[in-house]
Amino acid sequence: MFAIFKRDLRSYFTTPVGYVYMAIFLAVNGGAFSLFTLLEGDRSSVRNYFTAMIFALIVLIPILTMKTFSEEKKLKTEQLLMTSRVSLGGMVMGKFLAAYTVFAGTFLLGCINFTALFEYGPMNYDGTASEYNGAVLIGSVIAVLLIGAAFVAIGLFISSLTENQIISILVTVAVMGLFLVIGMLNSSIPFAPVREVLSWLSIYTRFANFTYGVFDFNAVLYYVSISFVFLFLTVRIYEKRRWA
Amino acid sequence: MIRIENLTKRYGKKYALNGISFEVSKGEIVGFLGPNGAGKSTTMNILTGYQSFTDGSVTVAGLDILDYPNQAKQNIGYLPEQPPLYLDMTVTEYLNFVYELKGCTLNRRKHIAEILQVVKLTDVRGRLIGNLSKGYRQRVGIGQALIGNPKVIILDEPTVGLDPRQVVEIRNLIRTLGLDHTVILSTHILSEVQAVCDRVIIINKGRIAADRRTEEIAAAVSGNRRLSVKICGPVKEVIASLRMLPGVLSAESIGNLDADSNSYVIESDNGIDIRKPLFRMLAANNWPMIGSEMAGANLEDVFLSLTEKIPDTRPSKKQRVNLLNDSR
Repeated sequence: MFAIFKRDLRSYFTTPVGYVYMAIFLAVNGGAFSLFTLLEGDRSSVRNYFTAMIFALIVLIPILTMKTFSEEKKLKTEQLLMTSRVSLGGMVMGKFLAAYTVFAGTFLLGCINFTALFEYGPMNYDGTASEYNGAVLIGSVIAVLLIGAAFVAIGLFISSLTENQIISILVTVAVMGLFLVIGMLNSSIPFAPVREVLSWLSIYTRFANFTYGVFDFNAVLYYVSISFVFLFLTVRIYEKRRWA
Repeated sequence: MIRIENLTKRYGKKYALNGISFEVSKGEIVGFLGPNGAGKSTTMNILTGYQSFTDGSVTVAGLDILDYPNQAKQNIGYLPEQPPLYLDMTVTEYLNFVYELKGCTLNRRKHIAEILQVVKLTDVRGRLIGNLSKGYRQRVGIGQALIGNPKVIILDEPTVGLDPRQVVEIRNLIRTLGLDHTVILSTHILSEVQAVCDRVIIINKGRIAADRRTEEIAAAVSGNRRLSVKICGPVKEVIASLRMLPGVLSAESIGNLDADSNSYVIESDNGIDIRKPLFRMLAANNWPMIGSEMAGANLEDVFLSLTEKIPDTRPSKKQRVNLLNDSR
């Protein structure tokens, strides 16, 4: 597993993918940050910034995950991995951790931006009249890291379904988008049970709590579960292919 | 070293492998021969644990691959049909990666240096695999299979797409490997089997059609006499005279490539060499012969002659008839 993790992490930076991802991420991140906090004056709000970032992840994370399994399939290198002693779970986990490391590393690098908030002193950055609150920041960062894990897992799963990277990226964007907006469809659905299920599934609805400074363990569990479900499904895809 | 019993692989209703059984003992070089889609790659994929199977059993170095997959895999080095190479790595990086992937415990630096030497890659070890030519990539693939010094090396069509010089090099390499490894290779080129292997297993439509020593194959082939000749002379009369020769079964014109000569293919009975009578006949008629060549047997001929002439207990007679019909 460690060998695969190392190779994949390295391959992000021996090909342009890692640099492209980091450049786009940091540009979008910085742009969103200045737009929603520094330039907003009185209405400055980190909540809007984090929301914007989560929506940006829909497009950014597939850049990291599109080639993970698709390329192995196309180059037939998966044959090497599957005939070595690494278990399928180890193989999927190694790839997940590599993609996640790039994501988390870049995101945390972007968090340097927050120093600007400290610099300008206490401000109503969460849209309410509350005082400056570091817990909101930390909670939200953790939430984004968890949502990122779920998204990376979804991206890996979809990458394992196709050897075409374009299809991989498009389907991933669609699926993640669906997970995000699912809660927003709610108002137009007349059946209460369906509404209930949809809002339970929604990634975004759960995120909102964090931006109010509430550390929602339900949500943490939910994000971790989503990650595990999709990683598990990826392992199953490979198992199925072996037994097909 | 390897024992396969009654191995069956089914995709839905289609049988990719239909009850094949064979054994490979230590130090043998065995060739899998068969047309495309015969089940060669499927067998190899199963042996290496890449694919599962529907029925039967596979044992590698005494370890059942279903019960002890990891230990069994440790004994196998595999070069798939398309070498599994990461194009963004250098040769050394790649071999190091495979070393870690296989959880190898040999002295890393020494082992990799040895392999680079065996597959003659020392000069290009620092280059990106993506920038290497096909022949070099193939050798990186073989190098990868050698990591961990496995007892069994499985090579799926190792010489496909290489230039003639590279083909010779790879064949020499395989023969060297055969000195201290058990080697299984697949091919659809007959001469490759004759050049490299001790034993041949012919597979067709998921069944073993023949399992013979290479010498026996050679004997079976030499029974077939087919001569291709170039003769200057009137076509109709030449053909008529050729057919008059003792032992000639058929003589056909296959067109004229040069201005004043015509090419013919003559098939004759087993055990009769028609070259001398042919020469005398042509000399008597004053038709100069400007070229002659024993036509090499192709896979199909071997296939037919093996399933026809050598009594084989494995497939039943009915199966053999089916095989013959299939191959026509």
